[in-house]
Amino acid sequence: MSPRTRLWLVAVGGAGVAALLVAACLGLPAFGGDHHPYGDRAVEASLAHRTANTIASVNFDQRAFDTLGELTILFAAVLGCVALLRQTRDEHRARPEPAEVAPPVRRYALLVLPVALLTGLYVIAHGQLSPGGGFQGGVAAATALHLLYLGADYRALERVRPVGLYEVGDGVAVCAYLVTGIAALLGGAAFLANTLLPHGTFNTLSSGGTVPLLNAAVGMEVACAVVVLLARFLDQAVEIEEESGT
Amino acid sequence: MDVFAYLVAAWVFLAGCYGLATSRNLIHAVGCLSVCQSATYVLLLAVGYRDRATAPVFSDLKPGARPVVDPVVQALALTDVVVGATVTALLLALVVQVSKRHGTVDPDELSELRG
Repeated sequence: MSPRTRLWLVAVGGAGVAALLVAACLGLPAFGGDHHPYGDRAVEASLAHRTANTIASVNFDQRAFDTLGELTILFAAVLGCVALLRQTRDEHRARPEPAEVAPPVRRYALLVLPVALLTGLYVIAHGQLSPGGGFQGGVAAATALHLLYLGADYRALERVRPVGLYEVGDGVAVCAYLVTGIAALLGGAAFLANTLLPHGTFNTLSSGGTVPLLNAAVGMEVACAVVVLLARFLDQAVEIEEESGT
Repeated sequence: MDVFAYLVAAWVFLAGCYGLATSRNLIHAVGCLSVCQSATYVLLLAVGYRDRATAPVFSDLKPGARPVVDPVVQALALTDVVVGATVTALLLALVVQVSKRHGTVDPDELSELRG
């Protein structure tokens, strides 16, 4: 198909989809309206389980089973990337050369690294109280480690980041989530029901029952997954080279 | 103005689709897919918005003192972001392999089969 015919086809199809989307938008409830039955009930349920951050309560209490599916997607994507980006037979590993870094960049990266890491861990730990949680904090903590790559070089990053350990951590975190769910089952409730622990005092670190546990498991999984993913992509860019002559 | 936010979501989605259809580079195509996905964030947050409401976090807000926006769609948007990021990573890994095996990332040149 020539690019010109393709563009016409896209224009015709796009116009049809656009017309349908506009018709659908006109039929939606008005923007900013006051009618949110699910939202109101979610807030009530969250306050009943003494979880201050309603979104954490939705993710790790009311819809904890859906979050298990989300974790599985993340886990499967990491597995797929590891399989796709492995070293093939016609490639070899070159030892990365030590790199020169401009002193201001080095100072800034080494200064920000502990702050960023601590911020990530803080966001994970306070997921049930303040905005944030395992997903956001996990990404922040994992990317903080990679400031070492900017501030020093790849060899320094490799020393603090044994990828094998993070791969194990990824699996362990998914198992921890599952075990928390099964523990609720053994306690006579539904899978992943928030009945295992006392709900605690509202707005304290230990409030929310199993929400902080699941939150921590998710934080660990996301941090490990991001480290493993970035390690595989960095390997491709820095270490793995094609054999000459192929 | 009642439907403006929804129309923005539709427009972002169609812009991403146009980019996907006319893309000459697989990395660009993966980026366009992310643009399509961003439309769903706009749509979800627009559906959950409530006039003069604040975030559904009660650590420094007395329950019932102010209306809050819909937390269910916010949680869905979070799920959406995570799935979008993982799909992007997996697709980029595929692009790396395509580039290695075929020596090109132009989808129009990837017509032949190779074992």
